[in-house]
Amino acid sequence: MIIDLQNFISVERPYWRELEAVLDKLEKRPELKLTLSQLERLHYLYQRASADLAKIMTFSAEPNTRVYLESLVARAFADIHETRKKAHRLAPLRWFFLTFPRTFRKHVGAFALCLIAMMVGSGFGAFVLAVDPDSKVVMLPFPHLQGDPSDRVEQEETVNNDRLERSKASFSSYLMTHNTKVSIYTLAMGITWGIGTLMMLFYNGVILGAVALDYVMAGETLFLLGWLLPHGSIEIPAILIAGQSGLVLAGALIGWGDPIPLRLRLRKIGGDLVTLIFGGALMLVWAGIVEAFFSQYHEPVLPYEIKIGFGVLELIVLFLFLAKSGQRSEKKKS
Amino acid sequence: MKAYHKTNFLTITTPEGIEFSLQLAGPVTRFLAWSVDLLVILAANKLLNVMFGLLGIISRDFATATTFIGFFLVSIGYGIVMEWYWQGQTLGKRLLRLRVSDVSGMRLQFSQIVIRNLLRFVDALPAFYLVGGLACLLNRRAQRLGDFAGNTVVVWTPRINEPDLDQLLKGKYNSFRKHPHLEARLRQRLSPQEAQIAIQALVRRDEFDPQARIELFQTLVSHFKTLVTFPQETTDGISDEQYVRNIVEALLHPKSLKKI
Repeated sequence: MIIDLQNFISVERPYWRELEAVLDKLEKRPELKLTLSQLERLHYLYQRASADLAKIMTFSAEPNTRVYLESLVARAFADIHETRKKAHRLAPLRWFFLTFPRTFRKHVGAFALCLIAMMVGSGFGAFVLAVDPDSKVVMLPFPHLQGDPSDRVEQEETVNNDRLERSKASFSSYLMTHNTKVSIYTLAMGITWGIGTLMMLFYNGVILGAVALDYVMAGETLFLLGWLLPHGSIEIPAILIAGQSGLVLAGALIGWGDPIPLRLRLRKIGGDLVTLIFGGALMLVWAGIVEAFFSQYHEPVLPYEIKIGFGVLELIVLFLFLAKSGQRSEKKKS
Repeated sequence: MKAYHKTNFLTITTPEGIEFSLQLAGPVTRFLAWSVDLLVILAANKLLNVMFGLLGIISRDFATATTFIGFFLVSIGYGIVMEWYWQGQTLGKRLLRLRVSDVSGMRLQFSQIVIRNLLRFVDALPAFYLVGGLACLLNRRAQRLGDFAGNTVVVWTPRINEPDLDQLLKGKYNSFRKHPHLEARLRQRLSPQEAQIAIQALVRRDEFDPQARIELFQTLVSHFKTLVTFPQETTDGISDEQYVRNIVEALLHPKSLKKI
């Protein structure tokens, strides 16, 4: 097609500018809702820009205008053909009490698989330690866990001063950030079709199983429960939820029983992944506070019954929250 | 819906049948953008260190805790916040004219940004984004693993400068106008790249050394003469630069058409 480029640009430029202004406005305020007449105008401008692009495509001499129009059409295309929900203003409480538990329940199978992987790891860790106690040095690469559990318990129970005095907040923030990083790794490893995620959970299980058996065999079960339950009852499920998100990603990559293309499968689970990892991260913030400010204090400062009771209570509340929260409005919706 | 006719372009066809292309960014440009971002993160952390260090007057423990959390949030959140706020751009990407885009040309969602940024943890393994770089080289859309999982691509958005055609063409006599059939043949035979070279040569003519300017226009004219030969009386006595000017005017202002 032969066109007078100067004339073409001068006639069409006002429409392009108008379209650009609408798109800028939509990008700056994603929550903006256009009226019907504004939508019709946007659609008209988009179609006009598309038609202009089609005209100029065949015209050899002006690639700059073509590139400009392409970028304009690309932006308008994204706004007009997008079928996913538009971004809305933050509603953190609604997200935490409704979206997060619902998403958890939606993918509860992946959570169960993570739990199994960790339990198998725990069993393996306990078995190896029972068969070969010398393997403790290899399995538990933490100096404070390599000694005799009874010695540690005696030391913890006789200590007079607060060894975490003036370092509780920093210890807590270290735990929060470290555990959140581990969670992100657990999610990210889902890209290895879930193998990396399951390996990480298995490895964490090995350590947990070995530590547990070590303390149980030394007759320090009460100390173990009092030490681990207050923060572990939130921390371990949080890591499992990170694993759950990794397996959801893996499931989308593998696509068993889902005949839609890979790109659509990944698109479908994007929001769920983010919900699960953010939910898990929030749980880890709580676990970090409890571990630094509560778990590290033992008898006679804090009776084990109180610590264990607190841990069990947390576990029950967490279970009820994940199982029940948002269920009523979910049923109403369906 | 989509076709990929070049490895470094992502071409999207709209339901209206219009095609538009996004030029994919290569691993080197992306690495440079990331290096800039890394410097920004380091600078921000240094600043936070100083700011939170002041809290040490009240409590050293609290100062250390806030530094830990601040460092973590900046390291993880920088990419997410910037890409969300600037619609797919961080400071490094902005400087290198890169932008994160949805792989289907749709609007970029918050979840996509989060996923591509969290999967950096794997892309960065074992060091210097080796996994991500390799994935980027092997993937036909130059996606690292985070882009793949997030359904995103990183595209290059070059600056668009429209040539000031009026300043170039107005007020000059064009002897080629007497031969509209040859002008039409010229438009038919000239590729977009050749036309762009001619326009750019005219727009930037004052930037060249005098000798280079003469040689450039000589080369262009000898090439254009192989495409279409204008009668000798039309080309006699005009400089090579004027010859190219005439050609560009013939391309951009077809004499016979006043309206689209």
